[in-house]
This record gives sequence, structure tokens and C-alpha cells, in this order.
Amino acid sequence: MAPHTEQLTRPAVQLRGLTRSFDGRTVLDGIDLDLPAGQLTALLGHSGSGKSTLLRAIAGLDHGVTGWGSPLLERSRELGGGQLTAPERVSVVFQDSRLLPWRRVLDNVLLGAEGKDAGRRGRAALEEVGLKGRERAWPGELSGGEAQRAALARSLVQQPELLLADEPFGALDALTRIRMHGLLRELWERHRPSVLLVTHDVDEAIVLADRVLVLDQGRIGLDLAIDRPHPRSYRDPLLGEYRERLLAALGVTEDHR
Amino acid sequence: MTATTHTTAAAPLAPVEEAHQVRRRRRLAPGRRLPATRLVGPVVVLVLWIAASAAGLLDPGAIPAPWTVLETGTRLWTDGTLPDDILTSLQRAASGFVIGLTVGILLALVSGLTRTGEALIDGTVNLNRAIPTLGLIPLFILWLGIGETFKIAIIAIVVYIPIYLNTHAALSGIDSRFVELAEVQGLSKLRFIREVVIPGALPGFFVGLRLGVTGSWLGLVVLEQINATSGLGYMMFQAQNYGQTDVILVGLVVYGVFGLISDSAVRIIERRVLSWRRTLSS
Ligand SMILES: Nc1ncnc2c1ncn2[C@@H]1O[C@H](COP(=O)(O)OP(=O)(O)OP(=O)(O)O)[C@@H](O)[C@H]1O
Ligand SMILES: [Mg+2]
Repeated sequence: MAPHTEQLTRPAVQLRGLTRSFDGRTVLDGIDLDLPAGQLTALLGHSGSGKSTLLRAIAGLDHGVTGWGSPLLERSRELGGGQLTAPERVSVVFQDSRLLPWRRVLDNVLLGAEGKDAGRRGRAALEEVGLKGRERAWPGELSGGEAQRAALARSLVQQPELLLADEPFGALDALTRIRMHGLLRELWERHRPSVLLVTHDVDEAIVLADRVLVLDQGRIGLDLAIDRPHPRSYRDPLLGEYRERLLAALGVTEDHR
Repeated sequence: MTATTHTTAAAPLAPVEEAHQVRRRRRLAPGRRLPATRLVGPVVVLVLWIAASAAGLLDPGAIPAPWTVLETGTRLWTDGTLPDDILTSLQRAASGFVIGLTVGILLALVSGLTRTGEALIDGTVNLNRAIPTLGLIPLFILWLGIGETFKIAIIAIVVYIPIYLNTHAALSGIDSRFVELAEVQGLSKLRFIREVVIPGALPGFFVGLRLGVTGSWLGLVVLEQINATSGLGYMMFQAQNYGQTDVILVGLVVYGVFGLISDSAVRIIERRVLSWRRTLSS
């Protein structure tokens, strides 16, 4: 883990005191968050704990949060009564693939891509996610897993420094999800963006992430570094200890199971 | 104990086989479409008509035989009156349709893409829609005189309303998830409109377009039969005065052919432009 130390000194995202409430109900209560550059961080939390709200605020998609400027164009800005520093190139992967049904797969991947070599980059990205040969398919012809891979390719084309993913594998079956975990990890190792992965799947978080945060009562309740080498096995007994701690932080105790 | 085990081991074999027969589900969808099925109904009607006329079951004064209609049609065509009338009618319908189409699209774009436009336009169009357009005929005759302008204006109004309503609904009903996506991908306002909003609104536009095409023929028929001195409707109106049922039928056939051709044209264009949709329904 030596090469990490140099990167850790340079946070990709620095968030101080983000507060967000809906109709007087506070969902995020002064969140402080540092995401080191090139790290894969998972964010866990109960349903309704505000994970999506936090991610959308960082992505600049929450137009209701005070201090919203333009989507992360400035390197530092006011946000929700706090301060956010984030990289210029940010990309988001949603739970649904969100491919435009009227554009072929390659054109979807190139949505918003600029430059003469965009087409080449799009093809390369599709090849990386294993969709070579499906460039001219319509989104309606893809399976759920393929569509989600196309969505990953669309993010790759943007060459993001920060990749925000909101339960990207939540709608996939268990087998496809495990494959996608491998793919995400592989892509991350090759391109090294900072990743914030929102999930409600404790095992997914433990297997993929270098660090797991638990959002609770509008604050980061637990910040846990997962210090195990990759690739990790779902059955690694040493991960069991992390799982216990995370489940405890989520309020799931033995008698609940 | 031994007696009971014997009986249970032997008995169940026969009924099991029956229970394992796989039950096939009843198919609820109507099944695959046969080719050219849309022509079957009209052909049946035509055949019945020919048969009834040949058998002398129909009063030729009320419903003339198909061959009489064909003869009359050929006669009107060769003496030049039918081509003239068709041309006049087509010009009216086409001018009204093109104007209505343009106005409908432009208003829908302005109203669907800008808040000021919506405030100014949407309520006004809905007010316009509340008044049956054909009821405007007397007023328009007073304003524009009884010439071509007033007819084209009425047809344009009949056409623009459904095109506006459907296109506007489609533009303003864009999926908010796609708006979010466009923001994430950093699309400019212009590219957002061109690449996300407009393609997404095309299905709605085509619904309006088909209603508009139908509307233009309807408007034409009504206008020509009450206040015209030329055109297909006028020809039919005259024939009514002289009791020439065959001429009226010739006019109806021509209207029908126009309606079919224009509707098929819209369908073909729609299928081309919205080719991505076929993947969803299959
Ligand atoms: N636009 C909104 N208007 C009102 N309330 C909202 C809005 N968005 C989110 N909330 C509320 O904020 C809280 C947090 O929502 P959020 O979607 O962030 O939860 P989450 O942690 O992502 O949950 P899940 O795991 O189910 O996706 C919820 O109680 C939700 O009802
Ligand atoms: Mg969520």
C-alpha cells in the first residue's frame, strides 16, 4: 500500500459542513468528508439515510441545496452552508443505466463527449467493458447487465477524476453483480479515479472498497479502512470482522439475523 | 408396520405421471400479424358490393354499381373536370396543412422549452381548442372573405391544434432522469434540446401529426361542401342537386384514396424515424 501514501496527501473531494433538509427535516447534518485521490470508497447506510442526497449534492445535481453553482466547474464552492472542493471532471453512474432509447449504444456512450477522437475513445471504452461489437445495438436490445456496462463506458469516456455511483448494481441479479464488481475494480485499477460507491450491500462494500463509510443520523457514523489485498474473496474469513463492525454500525445485531 | 409400508410403496405410482403433465399457458396476445391483413376488410366490402349490384339487389339511384362509378370517374377524368377539382382541393388541404404544421411545431417548441413562452402560449391555445374550429367559419368569412384564404386558415387551425397539444405535452413531459443525465454529461443547453428533448418528444409529435392529417381532410370536406365554387366537395354538392349518386361516390373514393395515402405516408415516415421503438415492442 506504499504508492497510496503520496496520493493520500492530495484529497480529491473535500467537503465541510454540508447540511441539507427537506421541508424542515434535516437529512444531512453538517457532513465532513475527505475522499483521497484515487481511492475507492463505499458509502453504506439505511434506506432513507441520505446516501443519494449526499451523492447528488456532490455531483451538483441537487439544485435545492443552497450555494449550488454550476456542476462542479469551480474547484471549490459553497455548498449547503459548507464548503466543497472537487475535481473538474466528475461522472455519475445511476442505478438504472439511463441510456437514451433513441440513440444507439455507441452514440449513448458518446453523449456529451467532445473532440475529434471521441468516436475512438467511445469504441475503446465499449471494448473495455466487454461490449465490443454491440456499438450499433439499440439500448432496448441490451440485457440489464449489458446496459449497465454501457453506462460505465459512458462514464469512462468522460475520463472522470471522480466517479460517483449510486447503487450501480442494485438492479442486477446476484451473478451479474459479482461480474460487475470484478469489472469495476479492474476499470478502477486501470484509470484510478476517486470513486464514491453508494450501496446498501455490506458484502459489496467490503469486497470492493478501500474504505467504507456509514451514514447515520445525517452524519458519517463510521469510517472504516478495509486493509486487505485485492482481489478479495467473498468468503475470506478475515473480512468477517469488518462485516460485523459494519453491521453493528448499521444497527443490525445478532438477534436481528 | 410391515403391512402399511407395502401399500404406500405400491399405490402412488399411477397418479404421479398424470400430475406431471405440463400444462401449456393460454396465449393472451393476439399472435403474429398476417401480411396485408388491413386490406381484407375493404376487399370483402368491395366484393359484396359487386355481387349485390350484379344480382340487382341495390337501387342504382341510391347505390350505383361499382362499374358505373368507375365509368363516371373515367368520364370526369378525361373531360378534365375531375383533375381540376382534385388539384384545387389538394392545394387547399396542402397549404392549410403546411401552415398548421409549421405553426403547431413552432408554438410547441417555444411553449415547451421556455417558461415565458408557456405562460403566453399554452393557455391561449387551450382556449382556442375549446371553441370548435368549424364554428369559426362565419367569423372568418366576414374577416377574410369567402375566397381561398379563409379556407386555408380554417384548415390550418384544425391541423395546428392537435400537433401543438401533443408536441407540447411530449416536450414538457421529458423524463427528469434524462435531464439529470444531460447535466451529468455536461451538455450545453442547445445540445440538450437537440439530443435529448427533441428526440424524446418525437413519438408525441407523430401522434399529433396523424391527428393533424386526418383533421386537414375533415376540414377540407366540410369547407368545400358548404362554401365553395370549385373543388371536390363542390363537385359532390352539385351532384347532390342533380341526384347524381355516382358522381358523389367518385368524390368519396377520391377522398378515401387521399386519406389512405397520406396516413400511410405518415406511418412510413414514423416507422423510419422511430425505428428504435421496434426493439421495445418485440
Ligand atoms: N426531493 C426530495 N424532496 C423531499 N424529500 C426528499 C427528497 N429527496 C430525498 N428526500 C428525503 O431525504 C431522505 C433521504 O433520501 P435519500 O434518497 O438520500 O436516501 P438513500 O439513503 O439514498 O435511501 P435508499 O437507500 O433507499 O436509496 C429520505 O427520507 C427522503 O424521503
Ligand atoms: Mg438512494
